[in-house]
Amino acid sequence: MSTTGSTKTPETANDNKWIGKRTIRPDGADKVTGRAAYAADTTMPGMIWGKVLRSPHPHARIKSIDTSKAEAYPGVKAVMTAKDIVNFPIDKSVMLGIQDMRWMCRNVMAREKALFAGHPVAAVAATTEKIAAEACKLIEVEYEVLPFVIDVEEAMKPDAPILHDFIKYKDKPSNIAGTLEHKLGDVGEGFAKADVVIERSFRTQPVHQGYIEPHACLVSVSDGKATIWSSSQGQFMVRAMCAYLTGLPQNDIRAIPAEIGGGFGGKTIIYLEPLALILAKKSGRPVKMTMTRGEVFHASGPTSGSYSTVKLGATKDGKLVAAQGTFCLQAGALPGSPIRGAAGCAFAPYDIPNVHSFGYDVVSNRSKVAAYRAPGAPIGAYGVECVMDEMAEALKMDPLEFRLKNAAKQGTKAAHGPVYPRIGFVETIEEAKKHAHYTTPLPKAKNGKLYGRGVASGFWFNAGGESSAQVNVNEDGTVVVITGHPDIGGSRASTANITAEILGIDYKKVSVLIGDTSVIGFSNLTGGSRVTYASAMVVTQSTEKVITQLRERAAKIWKIDPDAVVWENGEARPAGDNAGKFEPLSLGQIAAQASATGGPIGAGQQLNTTGAEGGFATHVCDVEVDPDLGIVRVLRYTAFQDVGRAIHPSYVEGQIQGGAAQGIGWALSEEYIYNKDGKLDNPSFLDYRMPVSSDLPMLDSVILEIPNPKHPQGVRGVGEVPLVPPLAAISNAVYNALGRRFYSLPMSPPKILATMDMAAD
Amino acid sequence: MAKLHVSTTINGEPQEFLCDAEQSMLDVLRGPLGLTGAKEGCGTGDCGACTITLNGRIVCSCLMLAAEAEGQEIGTIEGMAGEELHPLQQKFLESAALQCGICTPGVLMAAKALLEKNPDPTEHEVRFWLAGNLCRCTGYDKIIRAVMDTAADMRAAR
Repeated sequence: MSTTGSTKTPETANDNKWIGKRTIRPDGADKVTGRAAYAADTTMPGMIWGKVLRSPHPHARIKSIDTSKAEAYPGVKAVMTAKDIVNFPIDKSVMLGIQDMRWMCRNVMAREKALFAGHPVAAVAATTEKIAAEACKLIEVEYEVLPFVIDVEEAMKPDAPILHDFIKYKDKPSNIAGTLEHKLGDVGEGFAKADVVIERSFRTQPVHQGYIEPHACLVSVSDGKATIWSSSQGQFMVRAMCAYLTGLPQNDIRAIPAEIGGGFGGKTIIYLEPLALILAKKSGRPVKMTMTRGEVFHASGPTSGSYSTVKLGATKDGKLVAAQGTFCLQAGALPGSPIRGAAGCAFAPYDIPNVHSFGYDVVSNRSKVAAYRAPGAPIGAYGVECVMDEMAEALKMDPLEFRLKNAAKQGTKAAHGPVYPRIGFVETIEEAKKHAHYTTPLPKAKNGKLYGRGVASGFWFNAGGESSAQVNVNEDGTVVVITGHPDIGGSRASTANITAEILGIDYKKVSVLIGDTSVIGFSNLTGGSRVTYASAMVVTQSTEKVITQLRERAAKIWKIDPDAVVWENGEARPAGDNAGKFEPLSLGQIAAQASATGGPIGAGQQLNTTGAEGGFATHVCDVEVDPDLGIVRVLRYTAFQDVGRAIHPSYVEGQIQGGAAQGIGWALSEEYIYNKDGKLDNPSFLDYRMPVSSDLPMLDSVILEIPNPKHPQGVRGVGEVPLVPPLAAISNAVYNALGRRFYSLPMSPPKILATMDMAAD
Repeated sequence: MAKLHVSTTINGEPQEFLCDAEQSMLDVLRGPLGLTGAKEGCGTGDCGACTITLNGRIVCSCLMLAAEAEGQEIGTIEGMAGEELHPLQQKFLESAALQCGICTPGVLMAAKALLEKNPDPTEHEVRFWLAGNLCRCTGYDKIIRAVMDTAADMRAAR
């Protein structure tokens, strides 16, 4: 049985009318009635369907592709291969943000070699989906099948099959495509001072973001100009990548963000869009493409599997003196695993004088990884937080007390670079320590089941970056705000809260729209926990400009100096010597006279935002283990997080709960399983086991608000930190229940049973 | 092969359509009928995003042949609200029981069927009833609460 819990309302009880309030999201009604238009819901007259032919081999040289039979098949309107995509030479980097276009052009369609089972090799557009699929089968591809390697440890061995000949490590061809190192102090000296040193190795399997909406797009090309409707975490990313891969200039591509059915990082790159664009151009017809769930699993990016080693040294009195970590991450077929998140975030919660953190980016014959919620950080934290637990036990300290004693705070120098400003990590531990969850005793065993409690903490960088906004006052005094970020989890509501608060008007008078690439300035991805943070900054500054205009208009009407007008409570009031001389003018009254006082009222702001300080969380988890079935159930879960300021507490809680649930899946049941032929054995929701509602308890969140001094509302990023602590929190709880530590995820029933059997022998 | 002609009732209105013998109900709803509220998350009956009702019982429309609709009563998310939102729809908005919203139509269809059958479900019953509807955003917490709160409101209103 699951427990019931409660979510604490944060202490935002102040003068705010809208910020911190649980308003109803502007796009809500459309989403509960089925009207909201997601990418697969869009159609156009004359639309045809695109399908992808995928490699059956995990590693094979493509010797030739003959598309003639497919082209001749009735109903087929266009066929494409990698020849139709702009070629970026494999040995020269072309960066677009953090993505290298030489990898992207090969990821969307295999060029020299097919690098994983499921790698696209050709695509067909036809009058029906069925004809397109049948025509794909008529494409003749001659492969030279090559030896393959799937697992990261195998791929790092000197005799492993090499994916890319030009990648060299220590002057030899290698699958190690990159490394990253963070150093602070001298770990040799640090470990020499330690009374207790613990070193352990850990393994995690690749896990998928698991968005319920498969990738989808519709592309129309007319007069050489393309319009793209697609499911992505950034319409500007879609436009730029399609421009690179098709050779069209950006002004000839209009990318329209459809409503997006989940992303979690997995939709920060493109798969189908450039293929549909090329097919649309060739056929002269709008082309729609959708992935099946099987294609999503086979060919879109999960996050990395990993092999890590973590070593911690502490003195008898519980002070960490040295930390060392090596994090080997699978990149999939092309370089780019999140080693920065793993090696950078792993030790970031703690004040440790000597740190050496090292990451290896390793290619192997799996689909190329994509971002997944705090990319890499859960992998780093998993090892570190498990060793932290073991160290606390060795030192006979309470695990939270041990973390508190070593917690990073303002002024702490982190191994990955920064000296922290005011951060709220200590508060998350203190709140956890005194919370009823942690202070309530848990039975050790009952009715044949075993019980355990675990804790873990976590850190994520958070991101700022480019955002644009436009705030327009309508003739009737209502307001339209346009931003450039797809709204995945209720960000329109946060934007409306902020605008209504600053203008002093009713929330319902504010509409928030997500602009396409032709109507709003460049805005970076919905990702990095940046949307509410960065949107708030550009929306705040745009709204302040609007208020300046409103004061000027009132001054003009009253024939006084604009400096003698203040904006209070949604109206212009004369101030200073003029105070009380004129009746206040509401937004509506000023808007009605806009054309007579200077024309439309509205303003925008475009910024490369900075100051997104890191986010910290501490999680507490109780599990029940059935020793006969090997099933681990999470009974109670409480997450404590410093969010800076909760603009919309419900959606902040939602991010924390959703992240915790994904972490529970990662820890207990989710994994990519490859067979001996190098093919994925579980490409379905039936066999890739994400938590369902009957698997989980209520997920409590305790929101702590330690304002970010660098943000107008005090916001810190929220969305990603919640996935960082769960893997270790659950592992530590399972240890507490069974008295045996697990160093490999997921802790699925077969693994639990195998360990129980070993203990029994 | 010639198309099949199907006469059915969708959201209380008579409806006719032509379909292929192997075509799913979901394909016909989303394609020729333009009812795109039901979503395809998997096509294999695992995610529940395509949940509709067939004579009041919830089914995955991706696993139902369109031809099976002949003479039956189909309910979709588009028929859930009358002039006002259904209490479940309203409660989901107030409780922020959705984030991306892609699973929401299926969850709402399933929850409505539950409350029609059991107006006073326990948390355990709600969790097991909705176990066929995957949600990746919310961790289910706010969904379960919203369904239970709606049930309480509807009982109080009777």
